[in-house]
Amino acid sequence: MGERGTSHSVTVEVNGEKVSRIVAARQLLVHFLRDTLGLTGTHIGCDTGNCGACSVIVDGKLVKSCMILAPQVDGSTIETVESLAQDGALSPLQESFHEHHGLQCGYCTPGMLMSATYLLRQNPEPTDEEIRRGIRGNVCRCTGYVNIVEAIREASRGQATGRRSAHAAAGEEV
Amino acid sequence: MTITSAPVTGEATKTWSGRAMPRKEDRRLVQGQGSFVDDGGMHGQGYAWFVRSPYGHARIVSIDCEPALSMEGVYTVLTGEEAKAMCEAPFFAIAPPPGSLMQEWPLAVGKVRYQGDAVALVLADSRETARDAAERVVVEYEPLPAVTDGVAAADPTAPLLYDEAGTNVVWHGVFDYGDVDWALENADHVVKLDRLHFHRFSSTPLECNGAVVDFDHGTGVVSVLSNYQMPMFAAMVIGPTIGVPINKFDFVTKDIGGAFGLKIGFFPQIAALALLSKKAGRPAKWTEFRTEHMLTAGHGNERTFVDIEVPVMADGTILGVKARAFDDAGGYLHYEPLGAVIWSQVVPGCYKLKHVRVDYTEVVSNKCPVTPNRGYSRMQHLWMIERIIDVVAHELGLDPVEVRKRNYVQPEDYPYETPNGCIYDSGDLPRSLDIALELAHVDEWRARQRELGTGSGRRIGIGIGSTLDSGTNNFGQSRIINPELPFSGNGEVAIAKLDLFGEINVNLGTTPQGQGHETTASQVAADILGVTPDDVTVSTGFNQANNAYVGFSGTYASQFAVTGLGAVMGAAQKLRHQIVKLAAFALHAEEDEIELVGGAARVRGDEERAIPFIGLANMVYTNNAGLPSELLSECDLNARYVYVPPFEVPDTVAKTGNLTLTYASQVHVCVVEVDEETGEVKILDYAAVDDCGKRINPLVVEGQVHGATGLGIAASLYESLDYDESGQLEEPSFYEYHVATSLDIPNIVCGSIESPSPFTPNGAKGMGEGGGAPLHAVCSAIQDAIGAGGPIVTDSHNHWARVYEMLHRAPGAPRNVEVISRSGGSDTDVKSL
Ligand code: FES
Ligand code: FES
Repeated sequence: MGERGTSHSVTVEVNGEKVSRIVAARQLLVHFLRDTLGLTGTHIGCDTGNCGACSVIVDGKLVKSCMILAPQVDGSTIETVESLAQDGALSPLQESFHEHHGLQCGYCTPGMLMSATYLLRQNPEPTDEEIRRGIRGNVCRCTGYVNIVEAIREASRGQATGRRSAHAAAGEEV
Repeated sequence: MTITSAPVTGEATKTWSGRAMPRKEDRRLVQGQGSFVDDGGMHGQGYAWFVRSPYGHARIVSIDCEPALSMEGVYTVLTGEEAKAMCEAPFFAIAPPPGSLMQEWPLAVGKVRYQGDAVALVLADSRETARDAAERVVVEYEPLPAVTDGVAAADPTAPLLYDEAGTNVVWHGVFDYGDVDWALENADHVVKLDRLHFHRFSSTPLECNGAVVDFDHGTGVVSVLSNYQMPMFAAMVIGPTIGVPINKFDFVTKDIGGAFGLKIGFFPQIAALALLSKKAGRPAKWTEFRTEHMLTAGHGNERTFVDIEVPVMADGTILGVKARAFDDAGGYLHYEPLGAVIWSQVVPGCYKLKHVRVDYTEVVSNKCPVTPNRGYSRMQHLWMIERIIDVVAHELGLDPVEVRKRNYVQPEDYPYETPNGCIYDSGDLPRSLDIALELAHVDEWRARQRELGTGSGRRIGIGIGSTLDSGTNNFGQSRIINPELPFSGNGEVAIAKLDLFGEINVNLGTTPQGQGHETTASQVAADILGVTPDDVTVSTGFNQANNAYVGFSGTYASQFAVTGLGAVMGAAQKLRHQIVKLAAFALHAEEDEIELVGGAARVRGDEERAIPFIGLANMVYTNNAGLPSELLSECDLNARYVYVPPFEVPDTVAKTGNLTLTYASQVHVCVVEVDEETGEVKILDYAAVDDCGKRINPLVVEGQVHGATGLGIAASLYESLDYDESGQLEEPSFYEYHVATSLDIPNIVCGSIESPSPFTPNGAKGMGEGGGAPLHAVCSAIQDAIGAGGPIVTDSHNHWARVYEMLHRAPGAPRNVEVISRSGGSDTDVKSL
């Protein structure tokens, strides 16, 4: 809207759906996702590529979408946080973040989940050290990372489902 | 829940409070379905961009908006002078003179007082156009000399920020309790420190500030969709300035991406946006960007303590402390000088110090205005106290654990009255410390420390941070700053309602930013109403139209478990009372025979005689003919409750009174390894023991402990906001400001004990701010690594270069510490001191 200057046509597959839009040459991928496509799950936390709130997966690679222009990804396949749950069922990582209280304000969470998704695709059974390295580009200001590391670890072990809930249902303190 | 059978699941008779329940909020947040401020908007909105000063201190000579206004897509530009002309008064001042003479308007008028000060505001049809246009606004400045040091700013020769005030001193007061001169004369030792400096940093929520503001010319209503964390405070401050009564505001918050107190500071931006919208005749949307946030959104209070004297007895009993404090508020007084009194909630820290005198001065300087930041004002003071404890132990050759245990308020002392009349409600500090020492494996690390000896190039240090998280303010303390202020007490509101089909709604005046209010409020309401937490819908965020607010509403200052949940309890109990009354009528039973189970009211022992909530709702809302009018007037199924904590107005002359309702405590133990070659500090082990009374949801509580600990460690080792002499911020983005990552924060091992508060409806204490314990513990550990006779850790921020300097300081260089001992010791009876 109201954008002046050069524009480009961008055609991408986002979360399994093909979309084409004419966008300003200077539009960042993160703004393309949020403003043009209305996929507001991808967030912005900085201007310098340091925080990872905008992390998405482009052609199988983890990308900070604030560091790349929309026209640069023309022809690519993009996965955002909106793709993780299938038919209303949370992914094991999403489930694990919930069970292990790996989020508080939830603002870093979409980016964190995309980094963790990418990490587990590369390395299905990471050590804690590897998990910490895998999410070092994602800043969280709320959790001190403790429960995020735990959530990713437990998801990787396939133990996400039920642990906290079982304790909670039994009335135990975890 | 289905509409036909109202709330039920099989577990409805269980108790939900106290359980480590995963949160209800998570489902939307993990799917990217949260509703954060930039995700929203209003029809026809324009995009706002602030024109900001590149100078720390300058006179505004002229502003030329024409080049911006001539751009296609630009709706309007608002300058500071214009904004002022649209206002009825400057923002309300908390301080009496001279602080009240330091006036602030929505945009800078006449001069700029810090780098990033806003001089104009552009509205355009896209974010990009607004940003381009802001660059085309031509502002001519005449730079002025700046002052960027809090102590120097107090000097009468310093450059003045506000000529009309004639001083940079906002407020000065002496807090004098007991008889510190007598203690200094009679102590066996007096430990003196020249200077301790608590640095400036910000916990930088990951979501920056933002607001969409609409000034409706037809109705006069100002709608504010924002992530502001204390909405009615903003309404009370900006209303009289822009000429809008409270009932013409419509404040709404939704999901908030972290706040930590910092989202109290941006009311001037909201006011400016309201005026911009008024001028342009359309809503104005503003989303702050990170550099703008670093420069202008607010920093934590920076405080310098000088001339510190500590009277100590030979056995390690510390009698008190005397110090002068200079707090640097930055360029404007957004919430200040409240910090000048907030710290006095914790005058003696965790200890039985009886004689305390703090000569306190708050100043303005050419830096970003300060804003409450997690641990607000108390952690600065608590850090000073913890430094003193360690320095005393080191200088007198005592064990820091023993010195703490000797001086702690003991479990049998509660309720403990501090020298200034605050009441510490409950706790067990010695036990907390023992647990923390064990969790951090301190015995093993001490052995390892001895083994390592000298010459390995590495040193191990073990540190302790004991702290208090005082919660539920008595706003009457503001009158110690300014006796004229019409504030005292505190409060929060909840509304519990049975809706048309028997659904249960809870609305609150709070603005959660990750603290899980939707979950804990439903746990509490579920227990009272005989349903499960899933049967209770708690609205997300604040909505002024819900009428669930008092002037104090919001989420700040460690109080939700008391004020928020106290209100939820009250409202749910009121609703329960109505439900029981209606059910007794419907079931032809006595009220005391009715029980609420699984979303229905039934007669105890006769389960067939039952009516589901939908039936009761039907009686009131849609099928009330023939019902007794007294019953209907008593039972509207819409129960509003205001929780008000029991407070008196403090004595503003003696500066005494009960300033806070609860005192959660935390004891942290930190083990570090210091590399002598680089000064790098690595955390080897970290334990935090929390005591916040009764925990409604231990999972949420532990998460808060992790969070506060992470931010404290980050501040102590990585995050600092520094200005050069001209007032340029050296860390204006996340490149320079090293926000701690997953590689910087160690695993944090948590322990807890529960000392219920006798003063709260549920035994809980507010918690979450954490009292800055990691800053205390990390400094203490570095001090331990440096060892006896070495330099004193005098700064709360210790990045590698500073640590390296301390490790390699020339022997014989000044140590900033002096111990004066009375010859022959003292024969004074310590117990009588
Ligand atoms: S918003 Fe992309 S890294 Fe911060
Ligand atoms: S949960 Fe708030 S930033 Fe990570």
